[in-house]
Amino acid sequence: MSLNIKASGEVVTVYLMGEIDHHTARSIREEIDAAIEFNMPSLLILDFDGVSFMDSSGIGLVMGRFRNLQKNKASLSITNLPPNIYKVMKLSGIEKLAKIEKGA
Amino acid sequence: MKEINKFSLRIPSRSNNESFARTVVAAFAAQLDPTVEEISDIKTAVSEAVTNCIVHGYKNSIGNIYINCEILSDKSLKIRIRDRGCGIENIKQAMEPLFTTAGGERAGLGFAVMESFTDSLKVRSTVGKGTTVTMVKRLNVKEDE
Repeated sequence: MSLNIKASGEVVTVYLMGEIDHHTARSIREEIDAAIEFNMPSLLILDFDGVSFMDSSGIGLVMGRFRNLQKNKASLSITNLPPNIYKVMKLSGIEKLAKIEKGA
Repeated sequence: MKEINKFSLRIPSRSNNESFARTVVAAFAAQLDPTVEEISDIKTAVSEAVTNCIVHGYKNSIGNIYINCEILSDKSLKIRIRDRGCGIENIKQAMEPLFTTAGGERAGLGFAVMESFTDSLKVRSTVGKGTTVTMVKRLNVKEDE
């Protein structure tokens, strides 16, 4: 699992790559939270294009970041979800809280 | 239902074994010529069950996780994942979507994922003795000779 973080103005984009499970979620969480704290974005974009596997630990990760962003009244967008990841994400009802886009 | 092939695996409840466990089960299921979606469903369900053993069953200690898999003659895959951890006091409550005892970073959707990604899910648990999750996934349901 690895990730790339790009900050531009008030937008922080996180490009996630590899597998997201309970084991990998901790370091991902720490890196994203550090970027939120440092950049104070008004919008965080999580790009799932490079994610090959995700279980409900990934949902916990997204929910946790959503709550974090809410403290600064910032919003969350989830983009480029591969079909298998979309299937997991859909179970969470997170589309009521954040904008979700399937991948091509 | 006749059993055609099977394996058993015992691994310590370390979180880096989550990926190992789901990959092993997926590799075994490949004998049934599953679709990409079916393989992904199996990996996700196994990952949830194994994570439950680690996060809940054994909490902060290391114990054994036992995985038994069978390919049955109706082309289904039976997966049993067992721990000898703390057990679940109230299974009904534990299986409710969004219920979790593990705090903010856990979604409480483990059982919901297992249920929706397999064809049957059974949970047996005794407090102080451990928990057994049994899942069945039917494969190749459509085109069959």
